[in-house]
Amino acid sequence: MITAVSFPLSTWRDLVYLVALAGFILALKGLGSPRYARRGNQLGALAALAAVAITFTLPSLRHSGRNLVLALIAMVLGAVVAVPVARLVKMTAMPQLVAIFNGVGGGAAALIALTELLHLHALGDKPAVYVTAEVLLGVLIGSVSLSGSAIAFIKLQELITGRPITYPGQQAINAVVAAAAVALIIVALVSGDLAPVYVLLGLALLLGVALVLPIGGADVPVLISLLNSFTGLAVAASGFVLDNNLLIVAGILVGASGLILTRLMSSAMGRSLPNILFSAFGAVITATGGEEGDASRSVRTGTAEDVGVLLAYARKVVIIPGYGLAVAQAQHTVRELADALAARGVDVFFAIHPVAGRMPGHMNVLLAEANVPYDDLKEMDEANAEMSTADVALVVGANDTVNPAAKTTPGSPIYGMPIIDADEAENIIFLKRSMRPGFAGIDNELLYDPKTTLLFGDAKDTLQKLVAAVKEA
Amino acid sequence: MIGYAPLLAQLGGSTGIVEYLTVFVLAAFVGIEVVSKVPSILHTPLMSGSNAIHGIVLVGALTIMGEAQGTAQLILGFLAVFLATLNVVGGFVVTDRMLEMFRAKPNERPVAQRSEAKEPGGAGEPE
Repeated sequence: MITAVSFPLSTWRDLVYLVALAGFILALKGLGSPRYARRGNQLGALAALAAVAITFTLPSLRHSGRNLVLALIAMVLGAVVAVPVARLVKMTAMPQLVAIFNGVGGGAAALIALTELLHLHALGDKPAVYVTAEVLLGVLIGSVSLSGSAIAFIKLQELITGRPITYPGQQAINAVVAAAAVALIIVALVSGDLAPVYVLLGLALLLGVALVLPIGGADVPVLISLLNSFTGLAVAASGFVLDNNLLIVAGILVGASGLILTRLMSSAMGRSLPNILFSAFGAVITATGGEEGDASRSVRTGTAEDVGVLLAYARKVVIIPGYGLAVAQAQHTVRELADALAARGVDVFFAIHPVAGRMPGHMNVLLAEANVPYDDLKEMDEANAEMSTADVALVVGANDTVNPAAKTTPGSPIYGMPIIDADEAENIIFLKRSMRPGFAGIDNELLYDPKTTLLFGDAKDTLQKLVAAVKEA
Repeated sequence: MIGYAPLLAQLGGSTGIVEYLTVFVLAAFVGIEVVSKVPSILHTPLMSGSNAIHGIVLVGALTIMGEAQGTAQLILGFLAVFLATLNVVGGFVVTDRMLEMFRAKPNERPVAQRSEAKEPGGAGEPE
């Protein structure tokens, strides 16, 4: 009956891929608005599912039972590992989880390019130069993303120090490795041999490590975003190798949007991307900060009872959460405090720095998990506009994001980063574990401000005491 | 030794490559356009979501798995499928987990302390 629709199977496949691509674009679009984000992500998952399912109609997969079975086993294994990990890992460990899922994607892209090259060689054809070029790009970018993400994971998981790792001659060594990679690419293109490709693979892994080691923990999230973009490009490169439009477009979509996202993130920190990548952030800090910090200057400490009374009788309280809040798993307790204050008629809101937590938006996720109403979260600019009318700024586990050095000390490594102006509130309360400086490793003048009161101890404990004190006051 | 000219000839000789470059450029513009106005609170889910999208590399991994011959290619293909599945499945699941917390809760305004007692424990809170 419908002769016009009797396309060959490969056309159907391409059509499903096209629909999947439209799904991905809508998914990215949806992820940009709080209302449609979840539906967008689900649409993306559906599109991916459809694309993967239709791929099983490939003649090669249908006709080789052994390959089909192996592919299915690998997929089941992957899903069996991925689902529980993604479900069970704590929200605070989210950045490293994203890093690892990104790294394996890069690894897969590199392997695809490499395997296709092996396949072409085994068939006895000498692949065209541009095919080799695409393979080399896939291998290079994918491997950098894999090893870079692995190091980022290790840093965020604090298996090694979050401080930048530097060694003498680092820049020179990196330059030599990069130059060697370029030389190898030329050799591989000209000769068409396999050996240089293997060496390139090794060098690319090394490059990824070298790229991430000198980057301070505070900057690692920006780096993960950059590596995410890299993986997108690697996927696109492997799409070129396989002549697959789906991989090309999806890869480029992620590559381009990832670059924009990386720029948004680094500008939220008031820094340029090259500055983040090549300045070895914390090395400067160890030289200037560190020792002078905790030496002998006096700070004022208070008791939970005093602070509880201060909060209970305030008109406006701004809570400024930081990563310390998440580490103490105190999201729920801080919400209780906000509820207790609101019940007394105190005007309470949360001021969220764009990079509070360890990734932009991380703190919003954590607070949303604790059911803090969306309306109570104010972004930095909005919060700063109200700060001078606030009676109390309650800083919970944040440090660098309220450090006035970002505005006042041109030599400071965080100089130029926009901060939440906690110093403009009438009273400042710091909930801190110790006098240890924050993630960026810099001393904070605000701790010594006469308006400041410090409450030492575990954030969750202290908050519980504050809740009790507020209820009694 | 292959010089410059054959390389260019190969590039020019393939009409496919121009089509692909067209797709490349258009896709890049779409990617930039789509994320240029995202509020910072959604940066993390967006990063995670786009991370899941490049997990579609699984389609490529399945393609090479189909044509793989010999032990080396089979092992590499198997690994590629495994890693890509981790990426795509883990990526979408973890993003969904982040986003399920953003859902609207109409009667959520904390007016009285009692309100938390009435809330049905949400989505399985860890602790």
